[in-house]
Amino acid sequence: MLILFLLLFVGYAAGALLPFCFPAKPRTQSLLAHGCAGVASGAGIVLGLVGLFSPEPWTVSVRSTVPFLSLAVRLDTLSSFFVFTISLVGLAASIFAVDYVSELERKVSIGALGALFNGFLLSMTLVVLADDGFFFLIVWELMSVVSYLLVVTEHEKADVRYAGLFYFIMTHIGTAFVAVTFLFLYQASGSFSFEAFRDPAHRLPEDIRTLAFLMALIGFGTKAGIVPLHVWLPYAHPAAPSHVSALMSGVMIKTAIYALVRMYFDFLDGQFPWWWGFVVLMVGAVSALLGVMYALMEHDLKSLLAYHSVENIGIILLGIGAAMIFQSHGLKELAALALLAGLYHTINHAMFKALLFLGAGSLLYATHTRNMEEYGGLLRRMPWTGAAFLVGAASIAALPPTNGFVSEWLVFQSLFLSFHVPDMFLKLMMPLAASILALTGMLALACFAKAFGISFLALPRSPHARRAEEVPVSMRAAMGLLAVICVGLGLGPMVVVPLLDRVVAPFTEVSIAGNILAMDGWTLAPVSVEFSSLSTPAIALLLVAMGALGMALAALIGGSAQARRYKTWGCGIALSPRMEYTATGFVQPIKRVFATVYRPAVKLETEFLEESRYFAKRRHFEFHVEPVFQKYLYDPIIAFFTTMADRVKVIQGGSLHLYLMYIFATLIALLLFTV
Amino acid sequence: MILALVLTAAHAMILLAISPLLVGLIRKVKARLQLRQGASVFQPYADLVKLFRKEPVISTTTSWIFTAAPFVVFSSTLAAGLLVPVFISHVPLSFAGNIIALVYLLALGTFFLMLAGLDAGSAFGGMGSSREAIVASLTEPAMMLSVFAIALTAGSTNLSTVVHQTALLQGIVTDPAPHLMAFAALFIVTLAEAGRVPIDNPATHLELTMIHEAMILEYSGRYLALIEWASALKLTVLLSLMANVFAPWGIATTPEPAGLGIGLLVYLVKVAGLAVAIGVIECMFAKLRLFRVTDLLGVAFILALLGLVFFYILRS
Repeated sequence: MLILFLLLFVGYAAGALLPFCFPAKPRTQSLLAHGCAGVASGAGIVLGLVGLFSPEPWTVSVRSTVPFLSLAVRLDTLSSFFVFTISLVGLAASIFAVDYVSELERKVSIGALGALFNGFLLSMTLVVLADDGFFFLIVWELMSVVSYLLVVTEHEKADVRYAGLFYFIMTHIGTAFVAVTFLFLYQASGSFSFEAFRDPAHRLPEDIRTLAFLMALIGFGTKAGIVPLHVWLPYAHPAAPSHVSALMSGVMIKTAIYALVRMYFDFLDGQFPWWWGFVVLMVGAVSALLGVMYALMEHDLKSLLAYHSVENIGIILLGIGAAMIFQSHGLKELAALALLAGLYHTINHAMFKALLFLGAGSLLYATHTRNMEEYGGLLRRMPWTGAAFLVGAASIAALPPTNGFVSEWLVFQSLFLSFHVPDMFLKLMMPLAASILALTGMLALACFAKAFGISFLALPRSPHARRAEEVPVSMRAAMGLLAVICVGLGLGPMVVVPLLDRVVAPFTEVSIAGNILAMDGWTLAPVSVEFSSLSTPAIALLLVAMGALGMALAALIGGSAQARRYKTWGCGIALSPRMEYTATGFVQPIKRVFATVYRPAVKLETEFLEESRYFAKRRHFEFHVEPVFQKYLYDPIIAFFTTMADRVKVIQGGSLHLYLMYIFATLIALLLFTV
Repeated sequence: MILALVLTAAHAMILLAISPLLVGLIRKVKARLQLRQGASVFQPYADLVKLFRKEPVISTTTSWIFTAAPFVVFSSTLAAGLLVPVFISHVPLSFAGNIIALVYLLALGTFFLMLAGLDAGSAFGGMGSSREAIVASLTEPAMMLSVFAIALTAGSTNLSTVVHQTALLQGIVTDPAPHLMAFAALFIVTLAEAGRVPIDNPATHLELTMIHEAMILEYSGRYLALIEWASALKLTVLLSLMANVFAPWGIATTPEPAGLGIGLLVYLVKVAGLAVAIGVIECMFAKLRLFRVTDLLGVAFILALLGLVFFYILRS
C-alpha cells in the first residue's frame, strides 16, 4: 500500500512540476500534466479498492519539526471509499483535459493550469487521508486555495474574478468554523491526532458537543453547499474550466460529506440527541428542494449543473440525517441502511455530475457559449456527447435502471422505515421529507428534460450551434467511461452494497449486507423481501424485453416500416428556430406556480408605432429571479460589517505617534487588568 | 419458473388486451351521458390497427430520440404494469421492484415523451412538454405520500405483499379512514397521471388546453399507435393499482385455475367500474385552467398527508 500511496503522491507531484520543464510547448505540457494525473489517479483507484478490502486500517506517519504537526495518513474503509471516488473522477477529468485545455491555450498557461489541476487532486486525496487535525486543516486550506486559483483561471473576465473572490471569502468563513471545531476537540483531547479525537476517554462536555456539531455543520456545510450557505457555489463552479468544475462539483464538495461523517460518526462516536439528525435531515430537504428549484430557472448550463449539486448534497444529507436519527434511537440496522444510501448517492452523484460537467464542457468547446438558448439540434451534430449526456441526465433524474435511481430508492426506503422510530414527530416529518424528495426528483426530471431537450433536440438556435462539431476523441472517451460507470453502478448494486457495507459497518457496529441483498444479490431488499425489493438488472431486462415486444407488435400488425420524412407543420409558414419553445418558456409554468419561492421580477417595456397603438415597434423583456438569500441574509450582514468598519475607522489617525500611544495605553490597561 | 413465465406472459397479455377496451368504455359512457349513441367500445382496437398499418411521417428536424421514444414509453409503461397485481395477488416479478420503482418507471416514460415533444421543433410540442413537467412534478409528492399511507397499513411497500395481505384481511386497521383518504388522493393522482378531465382532456386538440396531445402532435403511424396504446396502458395500470390495492377481495391468492378465473373476472368488473366513474366525472366537470390544477393536486397532497396523520393517531 505504501508503494501505491507513493506512486499516487509522486504522480501528482510530477504532474505538477514536469510541465514547467517544457515552456512554450502547451501540447507537451498538457500531455505530461494530465498523463501524470492519470497515472496517479489510477494508483488512487487501486489504493481505494485495496483499502476497501483490507481488514485493518493502514497508517503511516512522519513526525515533523513543526510543533503540533505530524504528517499522518490513515486509510480506513471510509477514506478508501472517498479516495476511490476522487481518483475515478480524477482519471476521467485527466483524460478529458488532454484535448480540452487546447481551448484555453491562448488565454492561460497550460503548464500552470496542469500543475494546479494535479495539486488540486492531490490535496483532495490528502484531505480524506489525513489522520491529524492540524495536517487536515493544512491540506483543507491547500485544497481551497488551489481550487480558488483554478476558479480564476480566466481572470481577465470581471465576473470570474467576482466569483473567485466570493468563493475565497465563503470558503474561509467555512474554514474558520472548522478550525474552531478542531480546537474544541484539541482542548478535550490534548492532541491534534485523530486517534485522540476519537478516544472515548476524551469526550467533549455536553454543551461543547452541541456547539461542535453546529460549527462542523456550518463549516463543512459551506464547502458542501448546503442552503443557505450555497450562494458561492453557482458562481464558482461554472467559472472554472469544465474539467475542474467536474472535480469541484463531483468530488470537492464530497470531501465535506466525508468530513461530516468522520466528525459525527467517528469523533463524536455516533452518540447524539435525535434533534441533530433532524437538523441535518431538514437542511438536506431544504437544500434538495431549493437547489433544484433555482436550477430550473438557470439557462447557463454550467450554473444549472452547479445548482443541481446543491440539490444532490441535500439528498445525500437526507440519507445521513436519517442515519443520525436512527442511530440516536438505537436502530443500528436502519442507521447503517440510511448511511449506506447516503454514501451510495455520494459516489453516484460524483459520477453523473462529473459526466454532465464534462458534457457541458464539450458543448462549450464546440459552441463557445454556455447559454442554453443558443444551443439546439446538437444531438445530430454531436451524437457521442449527446448520448453520454443523456445517460447523465437519466441518472440525475433518477430514472430506472441508472445509478441515481438506485440510491434515491434507498434513501426513500430509509425514510419510509421511519415508522420504527418511537417518536411521533419524527414519524410524520420523515415521510414529509420523502415527499419533498419526490417533488425534488420530478423537478429534476423536468429540469433535465429542459437541459437535454433544449440543448440537443430540434433545430439549432444560433450560428454557434449550427457550426458545432463532435469533440476530440479523448473528451469522448472520458465521457464514455463515466457513462459506463453510471450504468454499471445502477445495474450492479450487488457489488456496490457489500463494499459500502464495509465502509458503514465500523460506525454503526453492524453489518447489513446480508440483510439488504436477497436472491443471491440480484435483489436489493432493505429489511426484508416482504417489505420492499428492487432488482435493477431485472428491470433493465424487463425494459429491453418489453421494448422488443413493442417492436414485434409493430412489425406483426404494422404495414411497411418505411417512414416518410417531411418537415414539421409550422401553421403554414416555414419552421424556424424562433418558433421553438425556449428554456425560459419551458419553465414558465413552474415559475408561476412557485412564484412565492422565486419572487420573479418581470419588466416588459413596449414602444409603439406612432401611427397606431396596435403595432409595437420594439419590445424589451427582462426577467429576474430574486436572489433571496443574498438580499435578505448576506446583504444585511455585509452592511452591518461595513457600518461597523466605518465606525471603527475614526481611531485610525494615520499618525505613528497615535498608534504608539494606543500600544502604550493597551499595555497599561493590560497591566492594570492583571493586577 | 415456467409457471412464473406463464403468469407474467398472461399478465402482459391481459393488460395489453383490455387497455383499449377501457378507453372505449370511458368514451361510450361519456357518449351515452351526452345522449349520443357513441362509437362501439371496441373502436379503439380498430383505431390501433389502422394506425399501425399507416405510413408514418417523421419530421426532418427530429433525432433518434423521436423514433426511440414510443418504444421506451411503451416498454416502461408495460414494465410498470407487470409490477401491479391483476388477477393473482403475488406477481412473479414482485422481486424486481416495489411501488417506488413503479412510480419511477412511469416517470421514465414521461421523460422520454417530454423529450419527444421538444424534438420536432414546433411550439406545440414544447408547450405540451412544459405543461406536463409542472403537472407531473406536483402529482408526485401526493402519490408518494398516499403510497406511504398504504405501505404503513400493510407494513410493506411491495405491491404484491400489500395486495396479498389485504386480500387475506391481515393487518387491517379497524378504521378505514387513512385508507379512504389515500384512495381519494390516489384517484386525483390517477386523473392527473393518465391525463383525464379535469386536468387534461384527451379529446381535444385546442392549443390552449392540450397537454398530452400536444406532446404527441407530430407522431403518426405505428409510432402514434404505440404511444396511444401506452397511454391506454398507463390508465389501466393506475386503475388496477387502485382496484387491487384498496379492494383486492376476489383476487386469486394461490395459482389455481378456478381462483385465477374468478380473480380475472372480479378484476375486470372492478376496473370497468372505475372506468365508468372516470367517464361520469368527465361529463360532470369542465377541464380546469392549467394554473388551477395546482389547487386540485394540492388537495390530493393534503388528503394523503391527512391519511398519514390519521393512521398514526388511530394507532396510538
